[in-house]
Amino acid sequence: MVNVVPIRKNSMTANQSKAWSAMLAEMAVTKDKSLYIQLYQHFAPKVKAYIIRLGVMEATAEELTQEAMLNMWRKSHLFQPNKSAASTWLFTLARNQSIDWMRKQKYPEYSLDNMQDRLEEASDADIGEQTVQSERIAQAISQLPENQAQVIYMSFYEGRSHSEIADRLMIPLGSVKSRIRLAAEKLKLTLRGEISLGGEQ
Amino acid sequence: MNINHHLDEATLFSYVAGSLSQGMALVVASHISICDSCRERVFETEAIGGALLNEMVSDNSSDSSASVKVDETALEQVLACLDEEEPTISLDSSLSDGEPDACSPGNTGEVPAPLSDYIGGSLDAVQWKRLSPGFYYFDVFKEQRGICRLLKVAPGKSILPHGHHGNELTLLLRGSYADEVGRFAQGDVADLDDQIEHQPLVDGNEDCICLVATDSPLRFTTLLGKVIQPITRF
Ligand SMILES: [Zn+2]
Repeated sequence: MVNVVPIRKNSMTANQSKAWSAMLAEMAVTKDKSLYIQLYQHFAPKVKAYIIRLGVMEATAEELTQEAMLNMWRKSHLFQPNKSAASTWLFTLARNQSIDWMRKQKYPEYSLDNMQDRLEEASDADIGEQTVQSERIAQAISQLPENQAQVIYMSFYEGRSHSEIADRLMIPLGSVKSRIRLAAEKLKLTLRGEISLGGEQ
Repeated sequence: MNINHHLDEATLFSYVAGSLSQGMALVVASHISICDSCRERVFETEAIGGALLNEMVSDNSSDSSASVKVDETALEQVLACLDEEEPTISLDSSLSDGEPDACSPGNTGEVPAPLSDYIGGSLDAVQWKRLSPGFYYFDVFKEQRGICRLLKVAPGKSILPHGHHGNELTLLLRGSYADEVGRFAQGDVADLDDQIEHQPLVDGNEDCICLVATDSPLRFTTLLGKVIQPITRF
């Protein structure tokens, strides 16, 4: 059997999360190391835990975490607080670092660096909106039906392909895709605030 | 670009999760770089990733099963590295016009930026290999399972009917084709799984060029297809 997503009920408050995004945006401009240290201490354990879940050995996970955290410094000018929360951006850094290492080749990325709206000024309201979304999603994931939470877990935390998941759960490929589709659509509806939380699922 | 066929939600999700094969990820990244609506969907999906990362462990967690320790000396080492780094703010992003590699020499605008990393900026400069009259291919790279390949098919030609054991993703780069699913033109992506068997017919008056990736071998349904399959590794 496969574990179901272990979502902790008491996730951080929107204010805390907003603070991290604002802090990262400020660090990008000021290159203030004391901000970097705070961000590092908050996110490095999360990044490492994520990389370990992907099946990387502890020692390598430690190295990859350091690389990802270095990238947080090097690439901070690419962080776009009106597009994503700090946690979202760090997730993409951690994902790319670990996949590139596992495959020994670069995971194809869409060319964000080329996008002009990267440089847009983020308003405080934007930053708040992004982090509130992060809150909602965490709660929505914990409310998914077990069979949907399971495929989300295997895809996100274990990095398994559709066919691997199909083999493991002994269900058709189409079922894997429709479960992921249903879960993803539900989570995105939540994100857009179109369905209320705590209702019947 | 007028795009009518987009990525399946499950494909998009797995791309963001990092769990697509290299070839399929290349097709997705290429489509996203030219499709605004799918790019927005990716942003939304990445927010799910951020929420999941937030849930991993908390820095003040007292729950021992959830706590992951980062080496104490690691922060010092990382801080030492920061000192060696020039705090360069890249100006590249402000200079680019947002079009994929539009200013690189020889780019006809048909090759999305992620793909140009592999094949350069021109479809006409690709070292096409002839498969049969009117059919050409070029392997972008070798995959362990599946394929990642450019196909060039002459007008009026039809690709052999086939089904799939796994997923098949196709991005149209030039020309168009029609099949049981619909009509596909430049920028469109056909996102098919093992439920669909199809026989695409190139319906325009120019060559149809597309990027195809699968995560397992295709399954041809005719005898001829079964015979050529071992030769072409389709
Ligand atoms: Zn699209």
